[in-house]
Amino acid sequence: MISIKNLHASIEDKEILKGINLEVKAGEVHAIMGPNGSGKSTLASVLAGREDYEVTEGSITYENEDLLELGPDERAQKGIFLAFQYPVEIPGVSTTNFLKTAINQVREARGEKALDAVHFLKLMKEKMKLVDMDQALLSRSLNEGFSGGEKKRNEIFQMAMLEPKLSILDETDSGLDIDALRIVADGVNKLKSDKTATIVVTHYQRLLDYIVPDFVHVLYNGQIVKSGDKSLALELEEKGYDWIKEEVAAV
Amino acid sequence: MSTDEQILEEFTSKEYEHGWSVDFEADEAPLGINEDIIHFISAKKEEPKWLLEWRLKAFRQWQKMTEPNWANVKYPKIDYQSIRYYSAPKQDKKPKSLDEVDPELLKTFERLGISLQEQKRLTGVAVDAVIDSVSVATTFKEKLSELGVIFCSFSEAVHEHPELVKKYLGSVVPANDNYFAALNSAVFSDGSFCYIPKGVRCPMELSTYFRINAANTGQFERTLIVAEDDSYVSYLEGCTAPMRDENQLHAAVVEIYAAKNAEVKYSTVQNWYPGDKNGKGGIYNFVTKRGICAGDHAKISWTQVETGSAVTWKYPSCILKGDSSVGEFYSVAVTNNHQQADTGTKMIHLGKNTRSRIVSKGISAGKSQNSYRGQVEIMKRAENARNFSQCDSLLMGDKCGAHTFPYIDIKNKSAQVEHEATTSKIGEDQIFYCQQRGIDEETAVALIVNGFAKEVMNKLPMEFAVEAQKLLALTLEGSVG
Repeated sequence: MISIKNLHASIEDKEILKGINLEVKAGEVHAIMGPNGSGKSTLASVLAGREDYEVTEGSITYENEDLLELGPDERAQKGIFLAFQYPVEIPGVSTTNFLKTAINQVREARGEKALDAVHFLKLMKEKMKLVDMDQALLSRSLNEGFSGGEKKRNEIFQMAMLEPKLSILDETDSGLDIDALRIVADGVNKLKSDKTATIVVTHYQRLLDYIVPDFVHVLYNGQIVKSGDKSLALELEEKGYDWIKEEVAAV
Repeated sequence: MSTDEQILEEFTSKEYEHGWSVDFEADEAPLGINEDIIHFISAKKEEPKWLLEWRLKAFRQWQKMTEPNWANVKYPKIDYQSIRYYSAPKQDKKPKSLDEVDPELLKTFERLGISLQEQKRLTGVAVDAVIDSVSVATTFKEKLSELGVIFCSFSEAVHEHPELVKKYLGSVVPANDNYFAALNSAVFSDGSFCYIPKGVRCPMELSTYFRINAANTGQFERTLIVAEDDSYVSYLEGCTAPMRDENQLHAAVVEIYAAKNAEVKYSTVQNWYPGDKNGKGGIYNFVTKRGICAGDHAKISWTQVETGSAVTWKYPSCILKGDSSVGEFYSVAVTNNHQQADTGTKMIHLGKNTRSRIVSKGISAGKSQNSYRGQVEIMKRAENARNFSQCDSLLMGDKCGAHTFPYIDIKNKSAQVEHEATTSKIGEDQIFYCQQRGIDEETAVALIVNGFAKEVMNKLPMEFAVEAQKLLALTLEGSVG
């Protein structure tokens, strides 16, 4: 589905990603772990097309297309979804209105007809159940005054509504208590299929108890320094990141 | 340039949609202003002597006045002698019905999206259409007159209802109130007149559509609304003008009189030509709007969406004379490129238990300057008066300015006055968030801006709200940066 080759990216002339290689196939869940400042969130942002980051080298191929040629909105229209670490507030715009605008623009880009109010509402009802979303929240201004848990749940709700092919969860577990974490993870699992892929960016192993990865990669200093299966995550949980740092230093 | 700036930049470069003009044969006065011109206008309109005298008095006072310079706007000195004070599309005879109106004129309004063919209209809106200086058509007149509602052009009112015009003209905005009001009083050419008799709830929205067409012509219209005891009316006003390189002057006066228990809702969508991207051309919009809640429990509510004009100088105000009367001002002012707006309101509390509410949303983009100027005055007799003001500014890019000038004057200790103000920048984060959900830049900006202005937009009648929303997006198109 997506193939990242030797990806270098910098912000304000500071290089953050220093040659990332990653291959994600449909049906797979990949976890990207690593200490703070290793470049995890940068990778998520670059994949989504945030323009603050400049890609200086390498390539990203998504569904046989050069992803770097596409703007962030085009990427979203082609099925890439980023669940934000810090969801943004938009005063005066309800989640419902926001999602209706988004879904209909995505449909338009795909040459599909706009959803009418009845079908849109039906879709909302269906997806609300999936993430146990409170209807009252949806008519309030987007993320404004939402608790941390509500914001994250709203991200997963939007993901459910937009039905992406590739979902990137950026520190979705941060700031969640265990119950909220379970609900969010539950939603993600229900949305998984053999046609979709998920990249879970996280600092802690905790989330991976609920969203079980096929592959775990350790990002350190802008590079993937170690890859393995889910046992790698447990090892990291137990031993921390220092041994990875030492290993890298020894090379 | 950051992403934010680029988007802003693109969003602001959209061109003005109503910038075309039509060649009618026009009946014009020579350029300039003097007593002869006033005689000329008055004669053209076959006015009674008292009105001519009223105009001349205003003119003499105007000559002694000086142009105000306290507003936060800059523009070259206006040469009042190079303006044409009267221009009317030539019609062979006064049309008695729409069928007799010049089809060219009707087409002009069709192009603006305003159908004067009332039978085709689905919504219940009566329209008075004013081109340059003259009202060309008023719809639904007969239907309204069955209820005793008078809705016609100002000129017609002068002939058909002179006693009403004489009684209320200048009663809220005196001829010598300010420089531009005095000029208007001297040379006003037409406008709308509306009278709602006692106990009548006007069943449809009344609206006036103003269009400047001729070059070098100033537009000076005058609107007078009188709502008798226990009546209600909702009134809409829209305006556009062609794109011209030179600046054109628009100095209008609106007066509202609300008697006991009467309610008047006045909504404006102002879309005069704002000038081009480099600040060339555009309308100078110097307008005096004021309403008086003369009776107890009267209510006047101003809602405005200001997107056009090169320079705007406008403060729709309420004099709350009746006890427990209510004044409201809801405003969205958008400026882009080189536009300058200095707009706000005055709430003058005279009566007991009077209440006023001000919600102002300023949006500035490009190199524009957007100022809110508001005055809340609580007079000695105004026991238990209350005011709430909220002024929010949204900035797009870093070359524009937002300013707030609140003046509060309290002479009664029982008053409760609250003022809240915020300034925010449209965030790159917000735009990226929208884009990540598949929404393109322009739609994202429109969404965010409309969200910001929502509280005011919600106050507009349905017929106007959709148009206003589109207009907001259009005005800002190409402006994100």
